[in-house]
Amino acid sequence: MAEPLLQLADVHTHIGPYHILHGVDLSVPAGGLTMLLGRNGAGKTTTLRTIMGLWQASSGRIRFDGRDITKAATPDIARSGIAYVPEAMGIFTDLTVRENIVLAARSGPVDRNRLDWILGLFPALKRFWNLPAGNLSGGQKQMLAIARAIAEPRRLLLIDEPTKGLAPVMVRSMIEAFKALKASGETILLVEQNFYAASALGDNVVVMDDGRIVHAGAMSDLVADTVLQQRLLGLSLDAHQ
Amino acid sequence: MSTSPALALPFDETRRRGGFWNAILSSDRPRSKVLSAILLAILLLLAATPFLFSGSQPLSTAAKICVFVVLVASYDLLLGYSGIVSFAHTMFFGIGGYGIAIALERLGPTWGSAAVGLAAALGLSAVLAVAIGLLSLRVRAIFFSMITLAVASAAAVLASQLSDVTGGEDGLSFQLPPALRPAFRLLSEPLFGTPVNGRLIAYYLVFSVSLVVFLVLLRIVNSPFGRVLQAIRENEFRAEALGYRVVAYRTAASVISALAATVAGALMALWLRYNGPDTTLSFSIMIDILLMVVIGGMGTMYGAVVGAALFVLAQSYLQVLMAAGSAALAGLPILPNLIHPDRWLLWLGALFVISVYAFPGGIVGRLRQAGQ
Amino acid sequence: MSDMTADTAAVELPRARTDWLPLLLVPALGLLALPFVGSPSTWVTLTVAGLAMGMMIFLMASGLTLVFGLMDIINFGHGVFISLGAYATLLVLGPLAGWATADSLGLNLALLLLCILVAMAVTGVVGAVFERVIVRPVYGSHLKQILVTMGGLIVAEQLIHAIWGASPIPIPLPQSLRGAFVVGDIVMERYRVVAVAIGLLVFVGMQLLLNRTRLGLLIRAGVENPEMVEALGYRIRRLFVSVFIAGSALAGLGGVMWAFYRQTLTAGMGMEVMVLVFIVIIIGGLGSVGGCFVGSILVALVANYVGFIEPKLALISNILVMALVLIWRPQGLFPVARR
Repeated sequence: MAEPLLQLADVHTHIGPYHILHGVDLSVPAGGLTMLLGRNGAGKTTTLRTIMGLWQASSGRIRFDGRDITKAATPDIARSGIAYVPEAMGIFTDLTVRENIVLAARSGPVDRNRLDWILGLFPALKRFWNLPAGNLSGGQKQMLAIARAIAEPRRLLLIDEPTKGLAPVMVRSMIEAFKALKASGETILLVEQNFYAASALGDNVVVMDDGRIVHAGAMSDLVADTVLQQRLLGLSLDAHQ
Repeated sequence: MSTSPALALPFDETRRRGGFWNAILSSDRPRSKVLSAILLAILLLLAATPFLFSGSQPLSTAAKICVFVVLVASYDLLLGYSGIVSFAHTMFFGIGGYGIAIALERLGPTWGSAAVGLAAALGLSAVLAVAIGLLSLRVRAIFFSMITLAVASAAAVLASQLSDVTGGEDGLSFQLPPALRPAFRLLSEPLFGTPVNGRLIAYYLVFSVSLVVFLVLLRIVNSPFGRVLQAIRENEFRAEALGYRVVAYRTAASVISALAATVAGALMALWLRYNGPDTTLSFSIMIDILLMVVIGGMGTMYGAVVGAALFVLAQSYLQVLMAAGSAALAGLPILPNLIHPDRWLLWLGALFVISVYAFPGGIVGRLRQAGQ
Repeated sequence: MSDMTADTAAVELPRARTDWLPLLLVPALGLLALPFVGSPSTWVTLTVAGLAMGMMIFLMASGLTLVFGLMDIINFGHGVFISLGAYATLLVLGPLAGWATADSLGLNLALLLLCILVAMAVTGVVGAVFERVIVRPVYGSHLKQILVTMGGLIVAEQLIHAIWGASPIPIPLPQSLRGAFVVGDIVMERYRVVAVAIGLLVFVGMQLLLNRTRLGLLIRAGVENPEMVEALGYRIRRLFVSVFIAGSALAGLGGVMWAFYRQTLTAGMGMEVMVLVFIVIIIGGLGSVGGCFVGSILVALVANYVGFIEPKLALISNILVMALVLIWRPQGLFPVARR
């Protein structure tokens, strides 16, 4: 079997005095959408930030696309082809929607066809093209954040809770957008608390608890196995339904 | 700051067995044999200066050290214990000086007018310290240093502008109460060969008030109040979460520190029989205070003693050394300029920068580390 | 994805966010001062003087506010670059003394330009060293930053003394920049007009850079969220070092203008003006170039008007302006969104 696109082996992360990740082993195969589930505080966001180099792994190995990126600096990790959408979205509110996307395309002007495709996914952005991004609603900011991540072709998208706090109608359109992204062949590692969204999208699923991976497998298996769901996600289901 | 062992006071080690020194020093001992020896030496030398050295120069140096110990220690309460960087400390120093000077000049050279002047100065300082504290309450913490800088510079310009009251750039010279004048004789016979005159009384007034204020400050930083200040310095949000009113504590620290600086200013004016912008208000004194507290050791109180003594001595005697060095290097380019006696501040400035990086506990922190 | 979604969300949306109020303060202040000043010609003279002063403060402050916004660094040593820029004019004025006394506007302006270029080069290089040696080891701790940059200031001022001597050095204004333009009964000093022109030029240049170029977008984005800029693949350190160098060079430029204005050099001249610089960046909103511009003009105009109407109040007027602005907007006129 081919080497996975992204592989974490026994990754530990400390933030100040706190030991957050206790040996995470995780692999993301190329193509398709891998869901990262788990209750609040399980270490999902820390995992994404550690991959991105925003927090340094204190031990363990992170390999991406055949390269060791454990100690790499964040800009270099981004340049190797990973895009990151943080939970807070990281929109530059002072810049216009256009400027946000222009900045995301590092290598030059955004490809016209690609831009049409992106704006096809998120038509609302077209309407506010030249307005400060701070004017957008929460859902529109989320769309911009994802549009920014795909402004140029990337090998891997890391997306942290894109449906958090969104109205149900927005959640549904977000799911549609992710389906379109999947169809276009993007590889995505998606953190989600919303099991409904997760089950609709995931090809693979990884469940975290207390800074460790407690389950990894196909999404369809987890959807079919309600006992397993209850055991792994009981807490998060209680909290979100 | 939290990395230095000198700054992290052990919370539980404090109220151990009583004893004389613990009572005097609020159980905050020097915690280093060398440091204890140095502090004791400074104390004894200062106490005996009038009888050990002749002439007015050593006595003036000693009085200046006493005043600056108080001034620097009160600044340490802000900087070292509360993590507040204020540039308005000389303003309070100046208020103390002007309070004494204006009162003694206008109301006549009596103890009563000195008391009135000091009381008025303390009142004004307290009001200003609260006002600055309240203004900074509305703005981000980082603005505080800049605002104090602006306020202090306005105060300095104001003092030189209101020449009717303050004497402007020339400052004010005034008469002391009779008991403090050189002509006054307490004993008709010299004691150990030193005449016991008003000058000697003035020196011991400066010395004893300085000692008392210093010990009071030491008590304050070791009180529960001082502990809260340090907790706020270490982690403002946690302290806030624990229910401490951060702004109230910080404003209180500013006020206490301002009052002590005012007393120091009053002592300075009494000793010099003069007060002017250059002796208490100028920005260069603010720089001196920073140098003393950082080189001596922030957040240790004793650092103020070591720093002030070292700095005032360097001011008087390092220049002699540098003059010799400069003369020896005469003829070389630039180099003689660098160790020209007027450039002594260059080297203390460099020492200051290195202190902040390499040993944030200053000399006191270094000594305590070495002793462990 | 349904268009419905976007539509319903759009209804509550775009209101213009341009914030005009602070901009209106400047003309309002001018008009308010007019009746107190009395004579319109005096008012024009005062206003031009205020604008010139404001431009010089802006030049000195703009770099500092950007450095703060981008990397959360508070540099109390910024004044050194002002003094250093001023002293750097000596490198040009020494060998080319003839250009200053020549009765030729061309040569005089060329001399001024050369002074500016040399000063910016010198302060840029020293800025790079200052960033590397003084500032870089203390990222993250404001307290240490203030102390260490203050220490850098002490050392650098002393070095200026060691190199150029401790006594004040007079520098002459180039021949044709002396004197004043007289239009009717309105008197405008020539050098002030030049200062306004240079200040405006730099401000427009900065605005174009910040709003029209990728570098400018990056700087603005970095002020708001440095971490995200890194996550997009840009090396923010490099960006920061460039901004620090540019900010130092701008302070050097301001120093040259300030030096010819005072016509005297002292090592402490930078630190003296830093008080105004700090007031300006507090008023403007830390990190905001536009706010810094408006704040500079505001402070300088108030100082000039008040200085004319009631000289004794001129000194406190700045503090008063600062207090009023902070009561109105505690984050400054143009608060910059932060992480």
